[in-house]
Amino acid sequence: MITPLAFDVAHLFAGSLVLVSFMLLYQDRMTGLVNTFALHALVVSFSVAWQAYIQQAPHLYITAAIALGIKAIVIPVVLHRMIVRLGIHRTIEPVVGVGLTMLAGIGLIALSIMVMLPITAQAGTLAREDLAFALSVILLGLLMMISRRNAVSQVIGFMSIENGLILAATGAKGMPLVVEISVAFSILVALIVIGIFLFRIRERFETVDIHLLHEHRGEQP
Amino acid sequence: MMADLFVQFCEMLVVLGLAPLLAGYVRTLKARLVGRRGPPLLQPYRDLLRLIRKEVVLADSASWLFRAAPYIVFAATWVAAALVPTFATGLLFNYAADMIAIVALLASARFMLALAGLDVGTSFGGIGSSREMMIASLAEPAMVMVVFTLSLLAGSTQLSSIAAFMQGPGVGLRVSLAMALVALIMVAIAENARIPVDNPATHLELTMVHEAMIIEYSGRHLALIELASFVKLLLYISIIGCVFAPWGIAVAGQGLEAYLVGLAVYVVKLAVAGLLLALFETAIAKMRVFRYSDFLGSALMLGVLATLLLFVSRIA
Amino acid sequence: MNLSGELVLAAILVIPALGAGVLALVADDRKGAWLNVFISFLTFCCALALLLERPASGPFLIVDDLNAVFVIISTLVAFTTSVFSASYIAHELDTGHLTHAFLRFYHAMYQMLMFGMNLALLSNNIGLMWVAVELATLTTVVMVGIYRTPAALEAAWKYFLLGSVGIALALFGTILVYLAARAVVGEGLDAMAWDVLVANASGFDPAFLNLAFVFLLLGYGTKVGLVPLHAWLPDAHAEGPTPISAVLSGLLLNVALFAVLRFKSIMSANPAALAPGPLMVTLGLASVVFAALMLYRRQDIKRLFAYSSIEHMGIITFAFGMGGPLANFAGLLHMALHSLTKSAIFFCVGHIAQVKGTQRMADIRGLTVSHPTLGWSLGLGVLAIAGLPPMGLFMTEFLIITSTFARAPVLAIVLGVSLLIGLGALLLRLNGLAFGDPDGRSNPSKASYLPIGMHLALVFAAGIWLPPALVAWFQYVAALLS
Repeated sequence: MITPLAFDVAHLFAGSLVLVSFMLLYQDRMTGLVNTFALHALVVSFSVAWQAYIQQAPHLYITAAIALGIKAIVIPVVLHRMIVRLGIHRTIEPVVGVGLTMLAGIGLIALSIMVMLPITAQAGTLAREDLAFALSVILLGLLMMISRRNAVSQVIGFMSIENGLILAATGAKGMPLVVEISVAFSILVALIVIGIFLFRIRERFETVDIHLLHEHRGEQP
Repeated sequence: MMADLFVQFCEMLVVLGLAPLLAGYVRTLKARLVGRRGPPLLQPYRDLLRLIRKEVVLADSASWLFRAAPYIVFAATWVAAALVPTFATGLLFNYAADMIAIVALLASARFMLALAGLDVGTSFGGIGSSREMMIASLAEPAMVMVVFTLSLLAGSTQLSSIAAFMQGPGVGLRVSLAMALVALIMVAIAENARIPVDNPATHLELTMVHEAMIIEYSGRHLALIELASFVKLLLYISIIGCVFAPWGIAVAGQGLEAYLVGLAVYVVKLAVAGLLLALFETAIAKMRVFRYSDFLGSALMLGVLATLLLFVSRIA
Repeated sequence: MNLSGELVLAAILVIPALGAGVLALVADDRKGAWLNVFISFLTFCCALALLLERPASGPFLIVDDLNAVFVIISTLVAFTTSVFSASYIAHELDTGHLTHAFLRFYHAMYQMLMFGMNLALLSNNIGLMWVAVELATLTTVVMVGIYRTPAALEAAWKYFLLGSVGIALALFGTILVYLAARAVVGEGLDAMAWDVLVANASGFDPAFLNLAFVFLLLGYGTKVGLVPLHAWLPDAHAEGPTPISAVLSGLLLNVALFAVLRFKSIMSANPAALAPGPLMVTLGLASVVFAALMLYRRQDIKRLFAYSSIEHMGIITFAFGMGGPLANFAGLLHMALHSLTKSAIFFCVGHIAQVKGTQRMADIRGLTVSHPTLGWSLGLGVLAIAGLPPMGLFMTEFLIITSTFARAPVLAIVLGVSLLIGLGALLLRLNGLAFGDPDGRSNPSKASYLPIGMHLALVFAAGIWLPPALVAWFQYVAALLS
């Protein structure tokens, strides 16, 4: 049984994560986006650490440390360097307007809460709110990947989805170590993908704007 | 009953008396922060007195509406302020009206002012009114969402009950509350025409909102409108204070001491809030008119999020 | 149970994993290619040994009748594809499409992909399976982008993006399944093990399972290439190296489908949960109809067959969605035969693209005249994939339609009509490709016809006569599934 305070803190972190996801949607500058993502990772690592503490699951501290070290520090630093080197710190061009995206985001959060709450009624309060928030973060991340046409933004959207998954996985009490392995593994993957794709795309096109790629579709006669 | 009435009466006088002081205090602080000496603390009182003594100059095209508006605006704002527990809860009017009434009163005051701005038919008034309405169309829903959040949490729309709940043990750490606070502050900034939405100290036609609306007013009309805007600032600070820092508010039935303590604490709260406001306004630049919707839109989003997240939280 | 079974099981996983490491070190291209073939062959032999020795299921790995089928098909096609790959890659080196360094990388990745797929098929843990499917997907992402042309990069990027959406949804579904199981089985590894899950599924909270299945179907369905989520598939097939297209169509789609099947069996074991059938039938039928119509407008030969893969994955999903011993049997057999046929077709297509120097169908004509063996092999393959008798796919499609007729005549008619539409498109294209006067560039072909011939012979044989043992086995598995 968890105390109200333990729950409140967990709720605070999870709710803040949703809020930061929202802030990610709102960013219109590259550097701002990367910094907000660092904040996202920071919140997730706090959240995981708190779960580790209240569930007395020390292995979760490792996940928290990974989130903190790699996602909140290393990746943002690398991305900043990349942005400076590629000279892409101009405004991000969203596919649809920010207002519309925000409205869609609110809708998605409402949807995920409506979906998760009735289902998880007896799954324990902690899992319940964590899952609802995690689903919100995942859906917001998907929304971000859809609404941006810039490679860096899409990668950040993907990593925010991963943060949401970490939240869900740690909320599921006692889930075996597999999740931690997979999380570490996907962080590695994120790094590889950033490295390979951004550099290759840059090498070929002088830009990371994915929109320009669509001209090269093989279908054109 | 009589005691409640007396407290209510005192409260209304305190609000009226302190509002210009608060405005003067913020002005002086801001001046000091940028290295000027600034006007004396009591300057707003002098301004008001001067204005009241002056003759009213009316435009030829002004209708009765233009003349009636200042009184309505002032009355509505003052009544709204009377509903907010400043240094004591258990105000007499409190039982009759709640937070939604406050929002409605402020909205009608704003509506009257916008009408008055349009009434004379000058372009300045028109621009001010239209901008004011644009701000209102986003700020008011945001405010309503904040009210929703608070009342869902406390189970009541009465400010005194909310204040009592916030002092109780059932509050805990809630992300919704933090969001509601931020949203409320943003709304307060926009509603009171402070930087970064509007600059109360400028008459630059490109950017001003509030000042443009009232540019045709003079004499006692202007005095009333100015006083109303001082009261409004005080009102928002009081709401924030009573909901998010409800310490020291006297509860009905307590002795005179409690009321005096409540008053002292209230003055301290105002001083702190004024300092923060001055600091904030000095540190930040005014934003372009086109960005208002972004600013208030995020306040609205925060309000909506706060309400939504509440459904997932622990049932109090 | 017995040591040799465990050994075989370990070998199926360890050989590709070690092979990937070794291949990354082999500098010589030809040696690398043949070593790749050898490793694939070894893995295939070990997979065959599963028929004789069946190890007991542990907390992480399991061998049962269902995944044994998949593993054997998978390793077989992997082996034949590696033979094809050896001749294909030699040509790519000659023309300078790939450098030596990339070739080493390619071979290592090929075995890594095999490892990922075998692990996904053999895992007894839903989390482990998720990791394995992701490993396989990400390796293919890298492989699709290996030519580094703008089109290849776009395809890889699209694949990566949609794949990551799938990753997210599938993991979320996996977590939900764990939560549903935790209430019954208790915390720990047991709550993620297949055998335990299926045995206890009747006690799970149905609402949880329903939501989980929706996420899993969408997540893994992305990798199967079901229709609203298929956008990556044609690009990935068209722009990557052809052996990878063959492996993608022939194997990776199956692996993702296998994951869906596993979760479907959990759903079916819970009477209160949503019936998974209608969802799968809907997605499957949508894929068939959509792909059949899309086949007409293709101009790129690899894209054409990529859409055909969407169509066939739709058919298989449809069959498993209908359920019942007959439809399951047909679905299973169809899957096996489709793997063989489609990879054979991609082998042909790979050589054709090399000899003609293009993938545009308008530039490829008269293959039966200029390259008779290639042309006729392609013709046979297309006839088989289009579902004409006497090839095996005709029989399975026929079985699926007839078994559906009894229960849902409207669905059966829609399916039948779409199949005919698809057939028309394929024959139309085949006519242009294989017959007429050859024109354009034409190089002599140095193809190895062994894998193509072998696959087509198997498919042909299956249409005429199936060994009773095989039929019994598939029927048994089909009964398990329903």
